[in-house]
Amino acid sequence: MNDHADAHAAGRVGIWLFISTEIILFGGLFLLYSMYRLKNPADFHAGSLELNRVLGTLNTIILITSSLSVALAIAALERGRRVQSALFTGATIAFAFGFLIVKSFEWSAKFHHGLYPNAKVLLSMPKGQNLFFGLYYMMTGLHAVHVIVGIGVLSVMLVRVLRGAITPHNPTYLVNSGLYWHLVDIIWIFLFPLFYLIT
Amino acid sequence: MEHGDSSEVRKRPHAPSMRSYAAVWGSLVLLTAATVAVADLDLRKIAVVVCLGIAAAKSMLVLFFFMHLRYENRLIVKLIIPIAIGALAIFIGLTFSDILTR
Repeated sequence: MNDHADAHAAGRVGIWLFISTEIILFGGLFLLYSMYRLKNPADFHAGSLELNRVLGTLNTIILITSSLSVALAIAALERGRRVQSALFTGATIAFAFGFLIVKSFEWSAKFHHGLYPNAKVLLSMPKGQNLFFGLYYMMTGLHAVHVIVGIGVLSVMLVRVLRGAITPHNPTYLVNSGLYWHLVDIIWIFLFPLFYLIT
Repeated sequence: MEHGDSSEVRKRPHAPSMRSYAAVWGSLVLLTAATVAVADLDLRKIAVVVCLGIAAAKSMLVLFFFMHLRYENRLIVKLIIPIAIGALAIFIGLTFSDILTR
């Protein structure tokens, strides 16, 4: 009778192992960022002033809300409310798209101003600002890749919940997708102050 | 499957209520507003500490409530997470001890 519970626990150990590798991956980039910031304080200050704090804050709220909706999707499933669970999963996917849309507006504005790697305008600026924007695109880009992967994973989960393949007795796929999505939220929680707030 | 077992699988013990999830969300939004307000104050170096402290507090809320770390099994809480954080602490500590003493 405990097979389900055991498999569920083993699956969670697996996803937490994955999460710890992600902590190391982004941690390495955070370390690189703080090292270069220490070496080029003035250029990093100038770089962060170029970023749009309103859009950054908006995206923070969007991701926090998507984290809530995926937690509610799991809670609804555990209470046997399949349709409600599917609705919350769908809302999470919608928020993820919203995040990417805001991000694309931000990036295209930067591109418009010639602030992208190897652009003439950026290359004419000090070395420290090139490092700042290099790290900005690398770290928010890698995070955006995680958001895109999350959309794919959550879409599969939505279909599985609707088909009844994910049930209160077998919630592991949805729970683990939720854990991954919360991780994406936590990474952004640190990216936001580092790039947008600390000037 | 007996009835008692199924309810055990369905509801993880002490899993937070949907209302408490909403309360956690409210706290996260308030902390976001606080960190933006602090950044606007122009506190210079203190702002770095405050903003990262608020980010740490926010991630704790997500980890312990949304991700159920409070109720997670010992292998995850006492081994996997400490190894990841410990490895990261070693990277950061050794790198900065090099950079700052050159």
